Amino acid sequence: MRYLPLTDADRRGMLARIGAPSVDALFRDVPESARLPGPIEGLSNHMGELQVERTIAAMAAKNVPAGSVPSFLGAGAYRHHVPASVDYLIQRGEFLTSYTPYQPEVTQGTLQYLFEFQTQVALITGMEVANASLYDGATSCAEAVMMANRLTRRSRAVLSGGLHPHYRDVTVTNARFTGFETVQMPAAPEGGEDLMAQVDARTSCVVVQNPDVFGQVRDYSELAEACHAKGALLVVVVTEAVSLGLLASPGEMGADIVAAEGQSIGNALGFGGPYVGLFATREKFLRQMPGRLCGQTVDAEGKRGFVLTLSTREQHIRREKATSNICTNSGLCALAFTIHLTLLGEAGFTRLARINHANAVRLAGMLSRVPGVEVVNDAFFNEFTLRLSRPAAGVVDALAARGVLAGVPVSRLHPGVAELENLLLVATTETNTEADMEALAAGLEEVLK
Amino acid sequence: MSIKYTKDHEWIRVDGDTGVIGISDYAQQQLGDVVFVDLPEVGRTVEAGGEAAVVESVKAASEVYAPVAGEVVAVNDALGDDPALVNREPMGGGWFVKLRITDASALDGLMDEAAYQSYVEGLA
Amino acid sequence: MNNQGRRTDTGTPDAASGSATISGNRGLVLEEALIFEQDSPGTTGVDLPEPEETGLRLGAVRQRGRIGLPGLAEPTVVRHYTRLSQKNHAIDMALYPLGSCTMKHNPRLNEKMARLPGFADLHPMQPMSTVQGALELIDTLAHWLKTLTGMPAVAMSPAAGAHGELCGMMAIRAALIERGEAHRLRVLVPESAHGTNPATAASLGFTVDAIPADATGRVDLAALEAKLGPDVAAIMLTNPNTCGLFERDIVRIGELVHAAGAYFYCDGANFNAIVGRVRPADLGIDAMHINLHKTFSTPHGGGGPGSGPVVLSQALARFMPFPHVVHDASGLRLVEGPGDGPGEGATGAEFGRLKGFHGQMGMFVRALSYMLSHGADGLWQVASDAVLNANYLLASLKDVMTASFEGPCMHEALFDDRFLKDTGVSTLDFAKALIDEGYHPMTMYFPLVVHGALLIEPTETETKQGLDDFVAVLRGLAERAKAGDAEHFTGAPRFTPRRRLDETAAARKPILRWQPDQPYQEAAE
Repeated sequence: MRYLPLTDADRRGMLARIGAPSVDALFRDVPESARLPGPIEGLSNHMGELQVERTIAAMAAKNVPAGSVPSFLGAGAYRHHVPASVDYLIQRGEFLTSYTPYQPEVTQGTLQYLFEFQTQVALITGMEVANASLYDGATSCAEAVMMANRLTRRSRAVLSGGLHPHYRDVTVTNARFTGFETVQMPAAPEGGEDLMAQVDARTSCVVVQNPDVFGQVRDYSELAEACHAKGALLVVVVTEAVSLGLLASPGEMGADIVAAEGQSIGNALGFGGPYVGLFATREKFLRQMPGRLCGQTVDAEGKRGFVLTLSTREQHIRREKATSNICTNSGLCALAFTIHLTLLGEAGFTRLARINHANAVRLAGMLSRVPGVEVVNDAFFNEFTLRLSRPAAGVVDALAARGVLAGVPVSRLHPGVAELENLLLVATTETNTEADMEALAAGLEEVLK
Repeated sequence: MSIKYTKDHEWIRVDGDTGVIGISDYAQQQLGDVVFVDLPEVGRTVEAGGEAAVVESVKAASEVYAPVAGEVVAVNDALGDDPALVNREPMGGGWFVKLRITDASALDGLMDEAAYQSYVEGLA
Repeated sequence: MNNQGRRTDTGTPDAASGSATISGNRGLVLEEALIFEQDSPGTTGVDLPEPEETGLRLGAVRQRGRIGLPGLAEPTVVRHYTRLSQKNHAIDMALYPLGSCTMKHNPRLNEKMARLPGFADLHPMQPMSTVQGALELIDTLAHWLKTLTGMPAVAMSPAAGAHGELCGMMAIRAALIERGEAHRLRVLVPESAHGTNPATAASLGFTVDAIPADATGRVDLAALEAKLGPDVAAIMLTNPNTCGLFERDIVRIGELVHAAGAYFYCDGANFNAIVGRVRPADLGIDAMHINLHKTFSTPHGGGGPGSGPVVLSQALARFMPFPHVVHDASGLRLVEGPGDGPGEGATGAEFGRLKGFHGQMGMFVRALSYMLSHGADGLWQVASDAVLNANYLLASLKDVMTASFEGPCMHEALFDDRFLKDTGVSTLDFAKALIDEGYHPMTMYFPLVVHGALLIEPTETETKQGLDDFVAVLRGLAERAKAGDAEHFTGAPRFTPRRRLDETAAARKPILRWQPDQPYQEAAE
């Protein structure tokens, strides 16, 4: 077997040194009733590379890759172009096959890029400090709420109806088991929700999203002030990190914690994972942050170097009093993120954001001329909501059959809400061509006829 | 004025109805370089054996328990800028909290200097 | 809580290795500035067209001003990360014997398969009809995991081991609530447990009650029995445990726990020792997470991403997170929420959602590629060789290093620092000297149940010659320490891009991001 270098002669020699008659004898502490007599039945035996490739590729072939057809899906995952050097660099074995950098002398590579990553995340979110990543945007959101609970010593979170329902659900699942309260505002694609009416003396935070799940962009500056006046924190969620290249940052709006999904920079759609949770906050809240932090220091010769730091917040030291149980996070996805953002730089990142917005403005104009289609948003970044003349789910299926991935029907995110049934989320990025947009417009016109 | 020790390596120096709390030289050595001390707010009341502070080094952390019940009347703000005081002067400048003692009964169960030293020797 | 510290300053520096160079570089070891220090304003490594003039539709939201990101051209970027990569130790370079981390070879076939557009370029919310192959892959991987563990159900969405623990303990809590026994809030956790176990239990509102180890490094059965009671929700046990030992009494532990009305959670971090040879279901386990990034060779990536599916016994099988895959008339389908096809695959007892989408799909593809490569026969050999290698190290070292417990061990060998007594060399120093020899240190100071622990896990993907070389180095170092050459250790490492780092200073005055000397606006003027 190609991954196993020991020969039978090696094994015999090693057993002799150990003084054991057989490998089975080394398993003597396993209760006899639980020791299998031989390889497990019902599974295939070993295969060569070629056979494995055939088997796996056969499954891949049954899917429709988003890039093979005009595709307009967003809702928390976005198809952007990732430069070739990103995927080359993250596959260097020294990055790919390294462990968490607990031994800093032999992991300065990982530590330096984490330090750069933390700086980039702090810069784009407009915050003071960022951690070395969490699992994804949704778990970052839940962690942000729990951190706000600890900071305020309150235990009630108000969740905007503009929050991605999956983010809401992850937060509510945590609330259910850890014992805090959530107020879930109903979905409001047209806005107008009165979040402050829900904020009381027990409220730790208000959680909003920008752009919200319907694609609407909002200024939360006044909300931040109102929250602070009542002793609550403002958590701002961002699911499309590219938007931070064009919109005023959450930090500028007064956010206390930013929980974001970093997938759209450097990372593939990958059917939902692995992604990379971004987490940033104010310096004064540092000690209640979850996750790993990389910090700058010097070595024995006085040279600058980097280490994981403030680890007493973490489970491997604080155990049951840790700020979070997280251990493994999203190191390699954070690397892809930081390489892509370094390649883009200030000029590239802001231009990418403007291209995305320009495409969306153009597409919204095009689609608003289709009979039976109305654009709901008055302001958006690269995603907006359409109100169709009939339920969106069926329209999406009909368009998929015609080779167009039209978007995400809101009914898949908010099932069973009659007034949301006809809504369709449409996202566009720099990867969509004029022909893609025309295909969507023509397809919608045909299906809605 | 007398100094008493707990089995968790806190010390308390009692003067009338106030007591100053810190951690012993042995405790600071066990922790290593202290990098952060989390102190309570003035005015908080603590039970005997209740958590009064947290002291952290790079690879370790430890709660500091109040040897007696009382109300926090002062904390050592100098530890904010210079947590290494706990290492340098564990029995002096590295103190944590000053309490107004509300119930001194727990003092009787604590060790004096000699008893504590032999207790520590037994741990080695 | 861990209240045993260790030295975290840099120690006393001795003469630098070799003479200084003008550049600060040392041959192939190149100094590399931060990206922010290489800023060439206006430069970009990505050519993008100027967007056409469409006007903005941003409503009342302001456009942002200068962000402060540096500009670098592509060659500069490629060189930057290549140089950084060369400052890392990696499995691809040498033995990486971190105990409890299972740093085995990461096959590149896995990477190739994960990058097939049919998986990598799928949006998670595409219509089900367009992702049947992806759902088939998840379902196939689930079948392998269930078969290898003997368990009837598996929750696929947890993102890593600790996330899997959260999932499994939520399932247990949900089951207790359904039984009307929400008052069971105490969780028993052995002292030797990974920190994630008590952290997970506490984060869910359980109280953590530590069980001591007995003289053989295993759960003290009498102590466990005494702690069981009507308020106990579960035991969280790692098996093989963090001392590298199989819990001999595990079946009895399971019986006692079940008789007390509690559930048996197993931390599957060390599954590599028994994969394909022992099925956790046969040990009485109710829930166990599996770190695909350990046992099933998906790369650690410098700290993730991982993947932590949780297998569930019959008693817990209904307590799944959303979403999960089901078969129906039209093929495979994701059950995404309570309103989604009741009676058509939803168990009715799902406890909520743990992650943004369906799980770590990229890791699923890699893990299944690995499983298919090995097959049932190869996985049997994986566990056999992993255990053989660890025992070979134990047998080859126990006369010069102090083994904490009698063998045989499972996939990792635990030593403590008694062999370093009175040498002036600590576990930390010993580990740092190993770095100069070209090895990554073993896990140090964990588990907490022995003093100055050194936990060595070679994995099955090392050659015998490689192990012999490693043994020779460890024996040489042990003898050197005993011979009184403490300075060799306390000054190590000497040949790394950086020598010992001052972790004390890093923690006392945290610098967590690059800052320009002046605020950016001023600097730019």
